Amino acid sequence: MNIIKKIFVQSPSGPLDYHRRWPLRAILICILIFMYAPIFTLIAFSFNDSKRNIVWHGFTLKYYEKAFANAELMLAFGNSLAIALFSTLISIVLGSLAAYTLWRFRFPGKAAYEGAMALPIVIPEICMGVAMMAFITRVGWPQNMPWPLNLGAITIAHIAFCFPFAAIVIRARLQSFNRELAESAHDLGASEFQVFRDIILAHMRPGIVAGGLLSFTLSLDDFVITFFTSGPNSVTFPVKIYSMVRFSVTPEVNAASTVLIILTIALTAIALRLQYRSQMTEQVK
Amino acid sequence: MLAQNDPIIRLKGVSKFFGAACAVDNVSLDVMHGEFFALVGPSGCGKTTLLRMLAGFETPDTGNLFIDGRDMTGVGANRRPVNLVFQSYAIFPHMSVAENVGYGLKIAGLARDEIMARTAEVLRLVKLTGQEKKHPGQLSGGQRQRVVLARALVMRPAVLLLDEPLSALDAKLREAMQLELVHLQKTVGITFLIVTHDQSEALSMANRIAVMHEGAVRQVASPGELYEAPNCRFVADFIGKINLFEGVATMHQKDRVRINTALLGEVELTGTAQGAVTLAVRPEKIRISSERQTQLNIIQVRGKITDIAYYGGYSNVFIDIGAVQPLMADITNAGRNDMSTVAAGDSVYCSWRATDTLLLLD
Amino acid sequence: MEPWRKTPFVFLVSFLPPALWLGVFFVAPLSLLWLFSFGDKSGITDIELKWTLTNYARALDPLYLGVVLKSLWIAGATTAICIMIGLPVALVISFAPGRVQPWLLLLIILPFWTNLLIRTYALIAVLRGNGHVNSVLEWLWHIGDGILGMVGLGDYGLLGAGFTPLALLYNDGAVVTGLVYVHLPFMVLPLYAAFDRLDRSLIEASLDLGAGHVRTFFSIIAPLALPGIVSGVIITFIPALGAYLTPDLLGGADSQMIANIIERQFKAANDWPFGSALSFLLMYATFFGLAMRGIFIRRGGEGGRG
Repeated sequence: MNIIKKIFVQSPSGPLDYHRRWPLRAILICILIFMYAPIFTLIAFSFNDSKRNIVWHGFTLKYYEKAFANAELMLAFGNSLAIALFSTLISIVLGSLAAYTLWRFRFPGKAAYEGAMALPIVIPEICMGVAMMAFITRVGWPQNMPWPLNLGAITIAHIAFCFPFAAIVIRARLQSFNRELAESAHDLGASEFQVFRDIILAHMRPGIVAGGLLSFTLSLDDFVITFFTSGPNSVTFPVKIYSMVRFSVTPEVNAASTVLIILTIALTAIALRLQYRSQMTEQVK
Repeated sequence: MLAQNDPIIRLKGVSKFFGAACAVDNVSLDVMHGEFFALVGPSGCGKTTLLRMLAGFETPDTGNLFIDGRDMTGVGANRRPVNLVFQSYAIFPHMSVAENVGYGLKIAGLARDEIMARTAEVLRLVKLTGQEKKHPGQLSGGQRQRVVLARALVMRPAVLLLDEPLSALDAKLREAMQLELVHLQKTVGITFLIVTHDQSEALSMANRIAVMHEGAVRQVASPGELYEAPNCRFVADFIGKINLFEGVATMHQKDRVRINTALLGEVELTGTAQGAVTLAVRPEKIRISSERQTQLNIIQVRGKITDIAYYGGYSNVFIDIGAVQPLMADITNAGRNDMSTVAAGDSVYCSWRATDTLLLLD
Repeated sequence: MEPWRKTPFVFLVSFLPPALWLGVFFVAPLSLLWLFSFGDKSGITDIELKWTLTNYARALDPLYLGVVLKSLWIAGATTAICIMIGLPVALVISFAPGRVQPWLLLLIILPFWTNLLIRTYALIAVLRGNGHVNSVLEWLWHIGDGILGMVGLGDYGLLGAGFTPLALLYNDGAVVTGLVYVHLPFMVLPLYAAFDRLDRSLIEASLDLGAGHVRTFFSIIAPLALPGIVSGVIITFIPALGAYLTPDLLGGADSQMIANIIERQFKAANDWPFGSALSFLLMYATFFGLAMRGIFIRRGGEGGRG
């Protein structure tokens, strides 16, 4: 009798245990289902052996093969990766410099500088997209350049909105830096540059990696800004999927989307893992 | 270069202001070769600022700073022949012990073999041989301190600066480390300058001590001199424990002064003074007895014991003599079978030699 | 923090590159857009700067005003639904045991990391005429029809002659659904942060004094968490207002929002001055919202611990 009691009767819940109350629990579970169901069905149906994509017909990888065989899609994917790579590299440099400036120096107009850095993050993407488009045409940006230079406009636009994000992450990491480490290195004879290279950069590294992964993901995923800065010769992956989606819902699009989802989640998971691990090692000190 | 009797550090009229606040007020100071020198004072007295100016992290607003005979007043921290051991150690977390210790040598451009040799030598000195590959996260607090000591010593500075080196250690470790630092300094032979708020630490380790208060240096002397001959009320009160009495002095004869006090009556001492003065006596100079003492040239006062703090080897006795603060007297418990002859509530006579009384002019 | 004059060279090396990049590739384009908004179309590709406000005034034309109002209405509906859903979710998470909380938060955030385009596309598959929702409804209809048939009421067409799929796509409802789907994490996070900071003993005191849970929520929890609630409202409403992709893919011909109109001005309609004016109106609304949020945060009665 007692065993049955133990199995079926939980410890009495306190008045504040909202997470235990069934109506709230039900809402939470419903919401989670609502949020994940469309994505899961999308992924599931990428394996569905049926063109019309509604009823399950059988497991197949042929749509993945189709997607990988689609030359335009693959080119777009390649473009996205190239853009993401270049914009990440430059973003982490600019982001590191900006974070370092804000962490180390007092200067007139610092608030304006911080505000300007926050702007790309807060303004609606459409505004930034059309602004870039206006700028490119007005400035007479050369069109028809060979690959990869034809991705230049998109890359530049991506850098403009990626590096502030990287700067935030790196700056957060710098906050935990003990300035006495820099002073100590200086005391031992290191010049400004040597202190930065040997001591500060080492501390920034987890932030730089996390900021880089964040920038990469943001660039890879971007649609609106890219839509306005790309041309017929410089199509990116999300833009290509957009044009495919306008036509119809096909399993090929599902397959391509699933690949992008997995890539993004994997990168973000790595970034989180690195953040977590660097926090752990810091605690030993 | 310098003769051996020239100071290795000379400060002339050095001041530092932070905004309107004066952190260091016109300090002039000499530190000699091979000394173990201590800067002590309560928090906020300016000792850390002075240390940072010596290291090169702050620039004096007035005055000059000479290190090893050369004017280093405006010189950057990375070009001075001094090295600083920080209070928080500032050990480089991403480098191993060997890399930490060898960092300064690497910056100086020494050859790898020489770096390795000197690193090994200094690690032997601080008793950390065998720990070269460990990382700071794997070391105890005491070990980390040795690493940063080694890191500074391997540079062979003219002066080693230490900022509150013992504050992070627990009591037992602190005592052991005090002896080790003194021993290290004698072995290496270079000048050590430590900053501490703990006067007992300074007394036990240093050859000479500078006592600072509100940005100014009040007295520079050996521990013995500071203890037995403080030059002002602040130093007398800061170093060790002391009993203070207010009084008014008048000259009696050429070098005899009469001081009129509320608690001790009229006292006559050798010296020169006029007007308001403070008399002082150290607790261990006071003798407690149940009978009135009749020797000559003693100062005596009667009171009632209020508290006895027992410390094993000695006891602090607190006697109410009619003042706001009780009189403090220390008695040693010399013999194991000596029954304590005093107890709280006893009426006793406290006496001490007149020559043991300090005459302080401010 | 040092004054920059101490090491001016180092300062300039670290200050200039990001500043220049932002200046040339961000501020300059936006400034150009701003100038365009006061310009006039003179010819197919030229724009003359006339410092006119007619472009801004056009936004008040009934045609465009309708779109603006519709955008406000859609964004508002999205925010309202997000609050209704987000509040209980944030409540549950913030009162869950400490070990579970990060995982629950991660679960809420995870969809946010998938591409917006893909998420919206996934919703299309769910909402369209022969999408998943309607498929399930159709299946249920067949079951219902079958049961009626068995009971002998089959010929009366009680459930209709055939299954008519619900028009869940290409209308305002779809847009709102899509926007809620995308912006829910933006609401949950600030709410969670606000609830987490609450002093639990205040809630317990209220319950102890006899108030029910619902009453306690409205009298104690909500007022104290107000800055967090306002924050969540603003960072949900403003991005929803400027949404482009969701109304474009999920909306019908009359579900256009501000961003869609802007896009048309720059691509098909080729009326850049007007598009620029609209863009800036959207930006001013954004800045206004952020300023409000900043004021609320600074005023923020913490209702926190201690």
